[in-house]
Amino acid sequence: MTNPLSRALQSLGAPVTNALIKLGFACRFLVSVLKVSPFALCRFSLTMREIWFAGVLSVLIIVVSGLFVGMVLALQGYETLVRFGASSSLGVLVALSLVRELGPVIGALLFASRAGSAITAEIGLMKATEQLSAMEMMAVNPVARVVAPKFWGGVISMPLLAALFSAMGIFGGYLVGVQLLGLDAGSFWSQMQSAVDFRLDVVNGVIKSVCFGFAVSLIAVFEGYDAPPTAEGVSGATTRTVVTSALVILGLDVLLTAFMFRGI
Amino acid sequence: MKRTMIDFWVGLFIALGIVALLFLALKVSSQSSLPASSTYTVTANFENIGGLKVRAPVKSAGVVVGRVAAITLDPQRYVASVTMKLDDRYHFSRDTSAEILTAGLLGEQYVGLEPGADEKMLMNGDRITITSSAIVLEQLISRFLFSKADEGGNAHTEK
Repeated sequence: MTNPLSRALQSLGAPVTNALIKLGFACRFLVSVLKVSPFALCRFSLTMREIWFAGVLSVLIIVVSGLFVGMVLALQGYETLVRFGASSSLGVLVALSLVRELGPVIGALLFASRAGSAITAEIGLMKATEQLSAMEMMAVNPVARVVAPKFWGGVISMPLLAALFSAMGIFGGYLVGVQLLGLDAGSFWSQMQSAVDFRLDVVNGVIKSVCFGFAVSLIAVFEGYDAPPTAEGVSGATTRTVVTSALVILGLDVLLTAFMFRGI
Repeated sequence: MKRTMIDFWVGLFIALGIVALLFLALKVSSQSSLPASSTYTVTANFENIGGLKVRAPVKSAGVVVGRVAAITLDPQRYVASVTMKLDDRYHFSRDTSAEILTAGLLGEQYVGLEPGADEKMLMNGDRITITSSAIVLEQLISRFLFSKADEGGNAHTEK
């Protein structure tokens, strides 16, 4: 196995095998987290603390960016719609794009960079300073005590944050459309209400954000738990959390959208 | 941070999230499909439905009274069979006519119901017999062009 051709093939195959092995680890890790979850959720104060860290502290960035995204959507959408004399449909444009796509997706991206990276860094540092091994010495299961509450804290926070993002974005669109550009408030709201369907648009957006919550939380706790116990390893794991989360969110979004709105 | 403070802020956060969801549910969106218990179903055959879609509104005098539930092709007679779910509060006479109209020049297509004078009312599962099809713009234009061409041809032969 020393000729150049087989070496080239080996260097091609190694990353694929490594990625598959890591995916397998992540799946087994998810199973072990889910297995201890009933015990972890019984002590709900632990999860409560994680919702505080992941959810409450992310509210500010979610609310502010939601407001700005809604405002920009209204400004940009108005420029295009007014050319076709359809500026009264601005509310529909803002609400549909936020509820279906931008709320869950940008909410999840912000959540991954604000809370996901912190979760990875915390678990990684606990591993590097051997706190997780110390827990095992005391017969405390670190997955149940540390990992599962963080995982569920993220899963619970994500849909609420996405809903906040969408609501604030629509409010921002209202501020720009009605207060700044002078559209009629009645037609803004009534057209929005008649075009946005509760089951098809709002519930599908919530389903998306729940899926993203699962994905981001799993990636964050797994990268932290899997990090090499060095300073360099923890920093690399934090970066990987943000990059992998972003890729997985956008990839999942394509899949979910194809299933939901094209009915494949 | 004390335990009670964490509980307070988490409670506030969850309440805010639920308020946002309620805002999306009540103020932003609407339940376009009526609950199944308060509707009745009627069908109508059209020669051509144009661009009519499932979930398009059914209107009478401009008021939305129902939704299109299903569109299928009748394989015996090759006409489109449109199933509509109408609101229980509104009843129409047996000789009601249905036509496919367009909102504005390029808007969405909907079914318009024109009530007749019959004493008997449409019941669940009934069929509307008087229908007129959607106007397909291309057919209109081609008909117009052919008639113009005919006129031109006739004028030429008369000379």
